[in-house]
Amino acid sequence: MTVAAPPLFPDPARLTVTDIAVARGGRPVFADLSCAVEPGGALRLAGPNGGGKSTVLRVIAGLLRPLTGFVAWDGATIADDPAAHAQRVAYLGHADALKSALTARENAETALAIAGRAPTGQSASERGRPGENAALDRAFALLDLERLADLPAAWLSAGQRRRVALARVIASGCPLWLLDEPTVGLDTASVAALERAIADHRQAGGMVIAATHIALDLGPGDESLDPGAFPWRHAESAVDEALV
Amino acid sequence: MSAFLAVIARDLRLARRQGTDVAMTLAFFVVVVAMFPLGLGPTPELLARIAPAVLWVTSLLAAMLSFDRLFQQDSEDGGLDQLALSGLPLSLLALAKACAHWLTTGLPMLVLAPMLGISLNLAPQSYGVLVATLALGTPVVSLFGVVGAALVVGARRAGVLVALIVLPLLIPILIFAVSAIDAASAGLSVRVHLLFLGAILAAAIPLAPLAAGAALRQALD
Repeated sequence: MTVAAPPLFPDPARLTVTDIAVARGGRPVFADLSCAVEPGGALRLAGPNGGGKSTVLRVIAGLLRPLTGFVAWDGATIADDPAAHAQRVAYLGHADALKSALTARENAETALAIAGRAPTGQSASERGRPGENAALDRAFALLDLERLADLPAAWLSAGQRRRVALARVIASGCPLWLLDEPTVGLDTASVAALERAIADHRQAGGMVIAATHIALDLGPGDESLDPGAFPWRHAESAVDEALV
Repeated sequence: MSAFLAVIARDLRLARRQGTDVAMTLAFFVVVVAMFPLGLGPTPELLARIAPAVLWVTSLLAAMLSFDRLFQQDSEDGGLDQLALSGLPLSLLALAKACAHWLTTGLPMLVLAPMLGISLNLAPQSYGVLVATLALGTPVVSLFGVVGAALVVGARRAGVLVALIVLPLLIPILIFAVSAIDAASAGLSVRVHLLFLGAILAAAIPLAPLAAGAALRQALD
Protein backbone atom coordinates (compact mmCIF):
# COMPACT_ATOMS: atom_id res chain seq x y z
CA MET A 1 0.00 0.00 0.00
CA THR A 2 3.05 2.28 0.24
CA VAL A 3 3.59 2.49 -3.50
CA ALA A 4 4.21 6.15 -4.34
CA ALA A 5 0.72 6.89 -5.55
CA PRO A 6 -0.02 10.07 -7.48
CA PRO A 7 -1.64 12.71 -5.30
CA LEU A 8 -5.30 11.81 -4.89
CA PHE A 9 -6.36 15.36 -4.39
CA PRO A 10 -5.19 17.49 -7.28
CA ASP A 11 -5.83 20.93 -5.82
CA PRO A 12 -4.52 20.95 -2.28
CA ALA A 13 -6.32 23.36 -0.04
CA ARG A 14 -5.78 24.57 3.47
CA LEU A 15 -8.37 24.25 6.21
CA THR A 16 -8.48 27.17 8.61
CA VAL A 17 -10.58 27.64 11.71
CA THR A 18 -10.71 31.26 12.85
CA ASP A 19 -11.85 32.45 16.25
CA ILE A 20 -14.83 30.15 16.60
CA ALA A 21 -17.00 30.21 19.69
CA VAL A 22 -19.61 27.55 20.34
CA ALA A 23 -22.37 27.12 22.88
CA ARG A 24 -24.45 23.97 23.13
CA GLY A 25 -27.81 24.05 24.83
CA GLY A 26 -27.15 27.67 25.86
CA ARG A 27 -23.94 26.71 27.69
CA PRO A 28 -20.58 27.95 26.45
CA VAL A 29 -18.12 25.28 25.31
CA PHE A 30 -15.14 27.30 24.05
CA ALA A 31 -14.34 30.65 22.45
CA ASP A 32 -11.67 32.16 20.22
CA LEU A 33 -10.46 28.79 19.04
CA SER A 34 -8.26 28.94 15.94
CA CYS A 35 -6.27 26.30 14.13
CA ALA A 36 -5.17 25.34 10.65
CA VAL A 37 -4.42 22.11 8.82
CA GLU A 38 -2.21 21.99 5.74
CA PRO A 39 -2.63 19.48 2.88
CA GLY A 40 -1.21 16.21 4.12
CA GLY A 41 -1.41 17.44 7.70
CA ALA A 42 -2.92 15.94 10.80
CA LEU A 43 -4.43 17.46 13.90
CA ARG A 44 -5.06 15.62 17.13
CA LEU A 45 -7.80 16.94 19.39
CA ALA A 46 -6.93 16.06 22.95
CA GLY A 47 -8.18 17.01 26.39
CA PRO A 48 -10.54 15.72 29.03
CA ASN A 49 -14.08 14.41 28.50
CA GLY A 50 -16.52 17.21 27.83
CA GLY A 51 -13.73 19.49 26.68
CA GLY A 52 -15.33 20.16 23.31
CA LYS A 53 -13.39 17.78 21.04
CA SER A 54 -16.51 16.40 19.36
CA THR A 55 -17.93 19.89 19.11
CA VAL A 56 -14.86 21.09 17.18
CA LEU A 57 -15.25 18.17 14.77
CA ARG A 58 -18.95 18.91 14.25
CA VAL A 59 -18.19 22.56 13.55
CA ILE A 60 -15.50 21.65 11.01
CA ALA A 61 -17.87 19.14 9.41
CA GLY A 62 -20.43 21.92 9.01
CA LEU A 63 -23.00 20.12 11.17
CA LEU A 64 -22.83 22.77 13.88
CA ARG A 65 -22.70 26.49 13.26
CA PRO A 66 -20.36 28.50 15.45
CA LEU A 67 -21.75 31.56 17.22
CA THR A 68 -18.81 33.64 16.05
CA GLY A 69 -15.87 33.00 13.77
CA PHE A 70 -15.77 30.76 10.72
CA VAL A 71 -14.26 27.69 9.17
CA ALA A 72 -12.69 28.16 5.74
CA TRP A 73 -11.49 25.79 3.03
CA ASP A 74 -8.90 27.35 0.79
CA GLY A 75 -9.97 30.77 2.02
CA ALA A 76 -13.69 30.29 1.29
CA THR A 77 -16.05 30.07 4.26
CA ILE A 78 -17.73 26.67 4.34
CA ALA A 79 -21.09 28.16 5.30
CA ASP A 80 -21.19 29.81 1.86
CA ASP A 81 -21.33 26.47 0.08
CA PRO A 82 -22.32 23.68 2.47
CA ALA A 83 -22.91 21.19 -0.37
CA ALA A 84 -19.35 21.58 -1.67
CA HIS A 85 -17.96 21.22 1.83
CA ALA A 86 -19.99 18.07 2.44
CA GLN A 87 -18.28 16.51 -0.59
CA ARG A 88 -14.87 17.05 1.05
CA VAL A 89 -15.69 15.66 4.46
CA ALA A 90 -15.78 12.07 5.67
CA TYR A 91 -17.12 12.19 9.21
CA LEU A 92 -17.00 9.38 11.74
CA GLY A 93 -19.10 10.29 14.75
CA HIS A 94 -19.56 8.65 18.14
CA ALA A 95 -22.23 6.44 16.62
CA ASP A 96 -21.36 4.18 13.72
CA ALA A 97 -24.45 5.05 11.64
CA LEU A 98 -24.97 1.41 10.66
CA LYS A 99 -28.40 -0.01 9.94
CA SER A 100 -28.91 -3.34 11.68
CA ALA A 101 -31.06 -4.69 8.88
CA LEU A 102 -28.41 -4.20 6.18
CA THR A 103 -25.22 -6.20 5.78
CA ALA A 104 -21.83 -4.64 6.50
CA ARG A 105 -21.15 -4.23 2.80
CA GLU A 106 -24.61 -2.78 2.06
CA ASN A 107 -24.21 -0.31 4.89
CA ALA A 108 -20.96 1.02 3.48
CA GLU A 109 -22.28 1.08 -0.10
CA THR A 110 -25.51 2.82 0.84
CA ALA A 111 -23.64 5.48 2.78
CA LEU A 112 -21.24 6.07 -0.10
CA ALA A 113 -24.10 6.25 -2.60
CA ILE A 114 -25.87 8.89 -0.51
CA ALA A 115 -22.63 10.84 -0.22
CA GLY A 116 -22.38 10.71 -4.02
CA ARG A 117 -19.40 8.34 -3.91
CA ALA A 118 -20.80 5.28 -5.62
CA PRO A 119 -19.24 4.27 -8.95
CA THR A 120 -21.36 5.50 -11.81
CA GLY A 121 -23.54 3.22 -13.88
CA GLN A 122 -24.51 1.10 -10.94
CA SER A 123 -28.07 -0.07 -10.58
CA ALA A 124 -29.64 -1.12 -7.31
CA SER A 125 -29.67 -4.79 -8.26
CA GLU A 126 -25.92 -4.80 -9.02
CA ARG A 127 -24.90 -3.50 -5.63
CA GLY A 128 -23.59 -5.98 -3.13
CA ARG A 129 -21.59 -7.82 -5.77
CA PRO A 130 -17.91 -7.77 -4.85
CA GLY A 131 -15.60 -5.94 -7.18
CA GLU A 132 -18.07 -3.16 -7.94
CA ASN A 133 -16.35 -0.57 -5.78
CA ALA A 134 -12.59 -0.98 -5.78
CA ALA A 135 -11.96 1.60 -3.05
CA LEU A 136 -14.41 -0.17 -0.76
CA ASP A 137 -12.86 -3.55 -1.56
CA ARG A 138 -9.46 -2.20 -0.51
CA ALA A 139 -10.83 -0.66 2.69
CA PHE A 140 -12.59 -3.91 3.61
CA ALA A 141 -9.39 -5.86 2.94
CA LEU A 142 -7.31 -3.42 4.98
CA LEU A 143 -9.60 -3.70 8.00
CA ASP A 144 -10.01 -7.47 7.62
CA LEU A 145 -13.75 -7.18 7.03
CA GLU A 146 -14.09 -9.45 4.01
CA ARG A 147 -15.36 -12.38 6.06
CA LEU A 148 -17.99 -10.15 7.66
CA ALA A 149 -19.14 -8.33 4.51
CA ASP A 150 -22.34 -10.32 4.07
CA LEU A 151 -23.39 -10.47 7.71
CA PRO A 152 -26.18 -8.19 8.92
CA ALA A 153 -24.77 -5.32 10.98
CA ALA A 154 -26.98 -6.47 13.86
CA TRP A 155 -24.74 -9.54 14.24
CA LEU A 156 -21.48 -7.60 14.44
CA SER A 157 -19.66 -6.74 17.66
CA ALA A 158 -19.01 -3.14 18.65
CA GLY A 159 -15.44 -3.26 17.33
CA GLN A 160 -16.54 -4.86 14.07
CA ARG A 161 -19.19 -2.18 13.60
CA ARG A 162 -16.55 0.47 14.18
CA ARG A 163 -14.39 -1.12 11.50
CA VAL A 164 -17.25 -1.01 8.99
CA ALA A 165 -17.78 2.67 9.78
CA LEU A 166 -14.05 3.30 9.31
CA ALA A 167 -14.12 1.44 5.98
CA ARG A 168 -16.77 3.90 4.83
CA VAL A 169 -14.48 6.82 5.70
CA ILE A 170 -11.41 5.23 4.10
CA ALA A 171 -13.30 4.38 0.89
CA SER A 172 -14.97 7.78 0.66
CA GLY A 173 -12.13 9.43 -1.24
CA CYS A 174 -12.78 12.64 0.67
CA PRO A 175 -9.71 14.80 1.37
CA LEU A 176 -10.71 15.64 4.95
CA TRP A 177 -11.25 12.87 7.51
CA LEU A 178 -12.91 13.86 10.77
CA LEU A 179 -12.62 11.01 13.25
CA ASP A 180 -14.31 11.14 16.64
CA GLU A 181 -12.67 8.55 18.91
CA PRO A 182 -11.98 6.25 15.93
CA THR A 183 -10.31 3.56 18.06
CA VAL A 184 -13.21 2.84 20.40
CA GLY A 185 -13.65 -0.93 20.49
CA LEU A 186 -10.85 -1.65 18.00
CA ASP A 187 -8.30 -4.42 18.58
CA THR A 188 -4.58 -3.72 18.15
CA ALA A 189 -4.45 -5.14 14.62
CA SER A 190 -7.26 -2.81 13.54
CA VAL A 191 -5.61 0.19 15.18
CA ALA A 192 -2.43 -0.61 13.21
CA ALA A 193 -4.50 -0.89 10.02
CA LEU A 194 -6.12 2.46 10.75
CA GLU A 195 -2.68 4.03 11.29
CA ARG A 196 -1.57 2.65 7.92
CA ALA A 197 -4.69 4.07 6.26
CA ILE A 198 -4.07 7.47 7.85
CA ALA A 199 -0.44 7.44 6.69
CA ASP A 200 -1.49 6.60 3.10
CA HIS A 201 -4.18 9.23 3.18
CA ARG A 202 -1.76 11.91 4.33
CA GLN A 203 0.82 10.86 1.79
CA ALA A 204 -1.79 11.40 -0.91
CA GLY A 205 -2.35 14.93 0.34
CA GLY A 206 -5.36 14.26 2.54
CA MET A 207 -5.95 15.70 5.99
CA VAL A 208 -6.92 13.98 9.21
CA ILE A 209 -8.41 15.54 12.30
CA ALA A 210 -8.94 13.03 15.07
CA ALA A 211 -10.28 13.34 18.59
CA THR A 212 -8.65 10.57 20.56
CA HIS A 213 -7.45 9.66 24.03
CA ILE A 214 -5.13 6.83 23.20
CA ALA A 215 -1.75 7.12 21.54
CA LEU A 216 -3.06 6.71 18.00
CA ASP A 217 -0.15 7.41 15.67
CA LEU A 218 -1.29 10.01 13.16
CA GLY A 219 2.13 10.05 11.53
CA PRO A 220 4.96 12.57 11.51
CA GLY A 221 4.32 16.25 12.03
CA ASP A 222 0.91 15.95 13.67
CA GLU A 223 -0.20 18.85 15.79
CA SER A 224 -2.20 18.75 18.97
CA LEU A 225 -5.01 20.97 20.15
CA ASP A 226 -6.97 21.01 23.39
CA PRO A 227 -10.30 22.89 23.05
CA GLY A 228 -10.30 23.20 26.84
CA ALA A 229 -7.44 25.68 26.48
CA PHE A 230 -9.83 28.19 24.94
CA PRO A 231 -12.18 28.99 27.81
CA TRP A 232 -15.11 31.29 27.46
CA ARG A 233 -14.55 34.67 29.04
CA HIS A 234 -17.62 36.70 29.72
CA ALA A 235 -15.78 39.93 29.08
CA GLU A 236 -16.08 39.16 25.37
CA SER A 237 -19.20 41.11 24.68
CA ALA A 238 -19.48 39.96 21.05
CA VAL A 239 -19.68 36.34 22.10
CA ASP A 240 -22.08 37.02 24.95
CA GLU A 241 -24.37 38.91 22.62
CA ALA A 242 -24.33 36.05 20.16
CA LEU A 243 -25.24 33.65 22.95
CA VAL A 244 -28.20 35.75 24.02
CA MET B 1 -30.25 14.52 -7.73
CA SER B 2 -28.40 11.24 -7.32
CA ALA B 3 -28.14 11.79 -3.56
CA PHE B 4 -31.90 12.50 -3.49
CA LEU B 5 -32.63 9.20 -5.22
CA ALA B 6 -30.05 7.40 -3.07
CA VAL B 7 -31.84 8.51 0.09
CA ILE B 8 -35.17 7.24 -1.29
CA ALA B 9 -33.53 3.98 -2.37
CA ARG B 10 -31.99 3.56 1.08
CA ASP B 11 -35.29 4.09 2.87
CA LEU B 12 -37.14 1.74 0.53
CA ARG B 13 -34.48 -0.91 1.06
CA LEU B 14 -34.70 -0.50 4.83
CA ALA B 15 -38.49 -0.70 4.67
CA ARG B 16 -38.23 -3.92 2.66
CA ARG B 17 -35.74 -5.46 5.09
CA GLN B 18 -37.73 -4.38 8.13
CA GLY B 19 -40.99 -5.34 6.48
CA THR B 20 -42.87 -5.70 9.74
CA ASP B 21 -42.78 -1.92 10.28
CA VAL B 22 -44.75 -1.28 7.11
CA ALA B 23 -46.93 -4.35 7.56
CA MET B 24 -47.96 -3.27 11.07
CA THR B 25 -49.12 0.13 9.85
CA LEU B 26 -51.21 -1.44 7.09
CA ALA B 27 -52.53 -4.19 9.36
CA PHE B 28 -53.67 -1.53 11.84
CA PHE B 29 -55.53 0.19 8.99
CA VAL B 30 -57.25 -3.02 7.93
CA VAL B 31 -58.10 -4.27 11.43
CA VAL B 32 -59.56 -0.99 12.69
CA VAL B 33 -61.72 -0.50 9.58
CA ALA B 34 -62.90 -4.11 9.84
CA MET B 35 -64.09 -3.49 13.41
CA PHE B 36 -66.74 -0.96 12.39
CA PRO B 37 -69.10 -3.37 10.58
CA LEU B 38 -68.74 -5.75 13.53
CA GLY B 39 -69.42 -3.07 16.10
CA LEU B 40 -72.34 -1.40 14.35
CA GLY B 41 -74.22 -4.58 13.53
CA PRO B 42 -76.37 -5.20 10.44
CA THR B 43 -77.11 -1.61 9.45
CA PRO B 44 -75.87 -1.21 5.85
CA GLU B 45 -77.29 2.31 5.47
CA LEU B 46 -75.48 3.58 8.56
CA LEU B 47 -72.24 1.92 7.40
CA ALA B 48 -72.52 3.50 3.98
CA ARG B 49 -73.11 6.88 5.63
CA ILE B 50 -70.01 6.73 7.82
CA ALA B 51 -67.75 4.81 5.40
CA PRO B 52 -65.84 7.85 4.02
CA ALA B 53 -65.07 9.22 7.47
CA VAL B 54 -64.08 5.80 8.84
CA LEU B 55 -61.70 5.12 5.97
CA TRP B 56 -60.07 8.53 6.16
CA VAL B 57 -59.80 8.81 9.95
CA THR B 58 -58.38 5.30 10.17
CA SER B 59 -55.86 5.97 7.42
CA LEU B 60 -54.71 9.09 9.30
CA LEU B 61 -54.38 7.19 12.58
CA ALA B 62 -52.49 4.36 10.86
CA ALA B 63 -50.12 6.88 9.29
CA MET B 64 -49.37 8.28 12.77
CA LEU B 65 -47.89 4.89 13.69
CA SER B 66 -45.35 5.20 10.89
CA PHE B 67 -43.85 8.63 11.55
CA ASP B 68 -41.50 7.63 14.34
CA ARG B 69 -39.41 5.59 11.90
CA LEU B 70 -38.79 8.67 9.70
CA PHE B 71 -35.97 10.28 11.69
CA GLN B 72 -35.93 8.62 15.11
CA GLN B 73 -33.73 5.69 14.21
CA ASP B 74 -31.41 7.86 12.12
CA SER B 75 -31.04 10.31 14.95
CA GLU B 76 -30.18 7.57 17.43
CA ASP B 77 -27.62 5.68 15.33
CA GLY B 78 -25.82 8.71 13.90
CA GLY B 79 -27.30 8.24 10.43
CA LEU B 80 -28.82 11.71 10.50
CA ASP B 81 -25.33 13.27 10.61
CA GLN B 82 -24.33 11.25 7.57
CA LEU B 83 -27.50 12.26 5.73
CA ALA B 84 -26.82 15.90 6.58
CA LEU B 85 -23.31 15.49 5.14
CA SER B 86 -24.63 14.05 1.87
CA GLY B 87 -24.45 17.51 0.34
CA LEU B 88 -28.21 17.48 -0.07
CA PRO B 89 -29.94 20.55 1.43
CA LEU B 90 -31.89 19.52 4.51
CA SER B 91 -35.18 20.52 2.88
CA LEU B 92 -34.53 18.18 -0.06
CA LEU B 93 -33.52 15.48 2.40
CA ALA B 94 -36.92 15.95 4.06
CA LEU B 95 -38.64 15.75 0.67
CA ALA B 96 -36.81 12.51 -0.12
CA LYS B 97 -37.90 11.10 3.24
CA ALA B 98 -41.49 12.12 2.50
CA CYS B 99 -41.37 10.41 -0.91
CA ALA B 100 -40.07 7.18 0.60
CA HIS B 101 -42.67 7.38 3.36
CA TRP B 102 -45.50 7.86 0.87
CA LEU B 103 -44.30 4.94 -1.27
CA THR B 104 -44.29 2.62 1.75
CA THR B 105 -47.40 3.91 3.53
CA GLY B 106 -49.66 6.11 1.39
CA LEU B 107 -49.45 4.04 -1.78
CA PRO B 108 -50.37 0.70 -0.13
CA MET B 109 -53.31 2.43 1.59
CA LEU B 110 -54.46 3.66 -1.80
CA VAL B 111 -54.65 0.03 -2.91
CA LEU B 112 -56.22 -1.29 0.28
CA ALA B 113 -58.89 1.37 0.79
CA PRO B 114 -61.27 0.33 -2.06
CA MET B 115 -61.23 -3.25 -0.77
CA LEU B 116 -62.05 -2.05 2.72
CA GLY B 117 -64.78 0.15 1.21
CA ILE B 118 -66.63 -3.00 0.23
CA SER B 119 -66.81 -4.11 3.86
CA LEU B 120 -68.25 -0.68 4.74
CA ASN B 121 -70.92 -0.80 2.02
CA LEU B 122 -69.48 2.26 0.29
CA ALA B 123 -71.72 3.54 -2.50
CA PRO B 124 -70.58 2.02 -5.83
CA GLN B 125 -70.13 5.40 -7.54
CA SER B 126 -67.77 6.59 -4.77
CA TYR B 127 -64.83 4.24 -5.28
CA GLY B 128 -63.11 6.33 -7.91
CA VAL B 129 -63.44 9.48 -5.80
CA LEU B 130 -62.19 7.62 -2.72
CA VAL B 131 -59.02 6.67 -4.58
CA ALA B 132 -58.70 10.22 -5.95
CA THR B 133 -58.94 11.79 -2.48
CA LEU B 134 -56.36 9.34 -1.14
CA ALA B 135 -54.06 10.02 -4.09
CA LEU B 136 -54.21 13.75 -3.36
CA GLY B 137 -54.40 13.51 0.43
CA THR B 138 -51.89 10.86 1.48
CA PRO B 139 -48.87 12.74 0.02
CA VAL B 140 -49.89 15.69 2.23
CA VAL B 141 -50.05 13.32 5.20
CA SER B 142 -46.50 12.17 4.46
CA LEU B 143 -45.24 15.74 3.99
CA PHE B 144 -46.79 17.02 7.22
CA GLY B 145 -45.59 13.88 8.98
CA VAL B 146 -42.02 14.66 7.97
CA VAL B 147 -42.41 18.16 9.46
CA GLY B 148 -43.74 16.71 12.71
CA ALA B 149 -41.09 13.99 12.86
CA ALA B 150 -38.33 16.54 12.22
CA LEU B 151 -39.66 18.72 15.04
CA VAL B 152 -39.60 15.93 17.61
CA VAL B 153 -36.20 14.41 16.76
CA GLY B 154 -34.66 13.42 20.06
CA ALA B 155 -37.80 14.04 22.12
CA ARG B 156 -39.23 11.51 24.56
CA ARG B 157 -42.47 9.74 23.54
CA ALA B 158 -41.90 11.17 20.09
CA GLY B 159 -44.55 9.01 18.43
CA VAL B 160 -47.40 10.44 20.49
CA LEU B 161 -46.05 13.95 20.17
CA VAL B 162 -45.96 13.72 16.36
CA ALA B 163 -49.60 12.65 16.31
CA LEU B 164 -50.60 15.58 18.50
CA ILE B 165 -48.74 18.01 16.22
CA VAL B 166 -49.74 16.58 12.85
CA LEU B 167 -53.36 15.44 13.29
CA PRO B 168 -54.80 18.96 13.81
CA LEU B 169 -52.93 20.15 10.71
CA LEU B 170 -54.62 17.43 8.67
CA ILE B 171 -58.18 18.48 9.53
CA PRO B 172 -58.65 20.37 6.22
CA ILE B 173 -57.58 17.27 4.29
CA LEU B 174 -60.09 15.19 6.24
CA ILE B 175 -62.94 17.65 5.65
CA PHE B 176 -62.43 18.05 1.91
CA ALA B 177 -61.74 14.36 1.32
CA VAL B 178 -64.82 13.15 3.21
CA SER B 179 -67.08 15.77 1.66
CA ALA B 180 -65.82 14.81 -1.80
CA ILE B 181 -66.73 11.17 -1.22
CA ASP B 182 -70.10 12.16 0.29
CA ALA B 183 -70.80 14.36 -2.72
CA ALA B 184 -70.01 11.45 -5.04
CA SER B 185 -72.37 9.17 -3.09
CA ALA B 186 -75.13 11.78 -3.40
CA GLY B 187 -74.45 12.20 -7.11
CA LEU B 188 -73.19 15.79 -6.77
CA SER B 189 -70.12 17.39 -8.31
CA VAL B 190 -66.84 16.57 -6.57
CA ARG B 191 -64.73 19.03 -8.52
CA VAL B 192 -64.46 21.78 -5.88
CA HIS B 193 -63.45 19.38 -3.10
CA LEU B 194 -60.79 17.72 -5.21
CA LEU B 195 -59.47 21.10 -6.33
CA PHE B 196 -59.07 22.15 -2.70
CA LEU B 197 -57.21 18.91 -1.95
CA GLY B 198 -54.98 19.50 -4.94
CA ALA B 199 -54.33 23.09 -3.82
CA ILE B 200 -53.27 21.91 -0.36
CA LEU B 201 -50.94 19.36 -1.93
CA ALA B 202 -49.49 21.96 -4.30
CA ALA B 203 -48.75 24.25 -1.36
CA ALA B 204 -47.39 21.46 0.86
CA ILE B 205 -44.86 20.12 -1.67
CA PRO B 206 -42.62 23.22 -1.50
CA LEU B 207 -43.50 24.50 1.98
CA ALA B 208 -43.45 21.37 4.16
CA PRO B 209 -39.88 20.38 3.17
CA LEU B 210 -38.69 23.92 3.96
CA ALA B 211 -40.25 23.73 7.43
CA ALA B 212 -38.87 20.24 8.00
CA GLY B 213 -35.42 21.34 6.86
CA ALA B 214 -35.42 24.18 9.38
CA ALA B 215 -36.49 21.76 12.12
CA LEU B 216 -33.71 19.33 11.16
CA ARG B 217 -31.16 22.15 11.33
CA GLN B 218 -32.26 22.72 14.93
CA ALA B 219 -32.04 19.01 15.65
CA LEU B 220 -28.43 18.82 14.43
CA ASP B 221 -27.25 21.69 16.63
